[in-house]
Amino acid sequence: MMEKIIFGRYLPSDSVVHQMDPRAKLLFIFAFVGIVFLANNVMTYALIGAFTFLIVFLSKVKLRFLIGGLKPVLLLVLFTFFLHVFFTKEGDILTQFGLLTIYKGGVIKGIFISLRFLLLILVTSLLTLTTPPISVTDGIESLFGPLKKIKVPVHELALMMSISLRFIPTLLDETDKIMKAQRARGADFSSGSISNRVKAIIPLLIPLFVSAFKRAEELAVAMEARGYKGGEGRTKYRILRWSMRDTMAMVFLVVLSAALFILRSY
Amino acid sequence: MDIKLREVEYRYAAGTPFERPAITDVSFHIPSGQYVAIIGHTGSGKSTVLQHLNVLLKPLKGEIEIGSHTIAAGRKEKNLKEIRRRVGIVFQFPEHQLFEETVEKDICFGPMNFGVAENDAKNRALEAVRLVGLPEDVLKKSPFDLSGGQMRRVAIAGVLAMKPDVLVLDEPTAGLDPSGRQDIMNMFTGLQKTNGLTCVLVTHSMEDAARYADKIVIMYKGSVHRIGTPRDIFRDTDSLTSVGLNVPETVRFQQSFEKRLGRPLDKVCLTPEELAAEIGKLRGEIS
Repeated sequence: MMEKIIFGRYLPSDSVVHQMDPRAKLLFIFAFVGIVFLANNVMTYALIGAFTFLIVFLSKVKLRFLIGGLKPVLLLVLFTFFLHVFFTKEGDILTQFGLLTIYKGGVIKGIFISLRFLLLILVTSLLTLTTPPISVTDGIESLFGPLKKIKVPVHELALMMSISLRFIPTLLDETDKIMKAQRARGADFSSGSISNRVKAIIPLLIPLFVSAFKRAEELAVAMEARGYKGGEGRTKYRILRWSMRDTMAMVFLVVLSAALFILRSY
Repeated sequence: MDIKLREVEYRYAAGTPFERPAITDVSFHIPSGQYVAIIGHTGSGKSTVLQHLNVLLKPLKGEIEIGSHTIAAGRKEKNLKEIRRRVGIVFQFPEHQLFEETVEKDICFGPMNFGVAENDAKNRALEAVRLVGLPEDVLKKSPFDLSGGQMRRVAIAGVLAMKPDVLVLDEPTAGLDPSGRQDIMNMFTGLQKTNGLTCVLVTHSMEDAARYADKIVIMYKGSVHRIGTPRDIFRDTDSLTSVGLNVPETVRFQQSFEKRLGRPLDKVCLTPEELAAEIGKLRGEIS
């Protein structure tokens, strides 16, 4: 069950996307989040959709795997879809039953919004799938570096982020282990009424909290024992290098947004 | 209760890019009332095999016979609760599973999940606490106030209170002090001998395997490497070292002793006591 979750996981490979500078990927994603909102008609959605699939193709991540990983958020997407279908009152009336009237504009809007949602999730999960967590935080630290001038603890924030990313798989493993131990003692996590299921989570959550706190303490002691003292004067083992490929990606992005700008008024 | 594994295969994360084989073609038999040890190097698939014994994992190929139930690949199972009551598993570092406010409640968690009434469960908790060698007054304490070793005992008591027919132990003494280690191991053998409990022990300690087991299964790279009695297994020390396992201290001592003596002793000795007796017999011959 835990094996199916793709969010926050890294899938090693040697694709072009994997080799990009994490800063380029981050900038790309920040920009992409904005650009997605430029799409407003069939043409623009087709363009940005095609573009997304191009990236997926370049990343060599199997589409089937990505889509499998989207399942948990599908419910949210469906929810927004139906929200739009039922509450937008635009265009011609398609059908009407009882109090519910479904307009054409609502269906179109619902499809567009769901697509937007899916594209965003797809691209952002690609970031973590193609970039080791450490590189993501290195990239963030470097991008936000200038904020150090106004006393923002950028290094500490990046460290916090990398530690939490680092421990996601560990915690998932731990959850799996404790779940198994409690199931071996007859706990049932997957059937019964809702209130029973909520109660069934307690034997899972408490050991998880206890071990997370213990782990945090041990980590702090281990870091201190090795003389960790923060960002000042600390050198890096992995040095980020901006290459031609990254510049190309940025250029590509500008071209894409220009194209979207032109096409959206059609 | 007999457990039989037939050509069991399991892969982790099947159907994702993270897929990797865990065990392939594992077949062996755990006869009722016996003490079976599963040994093997880290990553040899011991723990995966163990999780099949109460269907926490289902085989992707092959089948497992647990008492009168047969678990086959690709079939939905209904009566898992019954199997899990009869096959108790003590996981590695079981103290991580403690969660209740008091030791008593935590020990009662298992039995009550299997439908034992509260009063009954409390009696069982008392019994189990005595069995693992803790004073009765821990019952009212919080498990998180206990020492590591005591927490381990409470966790083991939590499984014993389920009164399983088969007790599966995954490195139950890892990280305990030597005397506590012996107490606990002796308690398990006691239960096996007096109550007819079937024991399955996964261990890194060749000494424990030699001393307690009736039958040893050696796992290597996800498959069964050898099955045999301790005397068979530890006679062939080359086969052991070829899969990255140690030879028990006693056997090593016996081998260098035999080299000096110029001839082998009558049998492979599994415990220091046995070896001492064997050497004692020689004393008569020499003088």
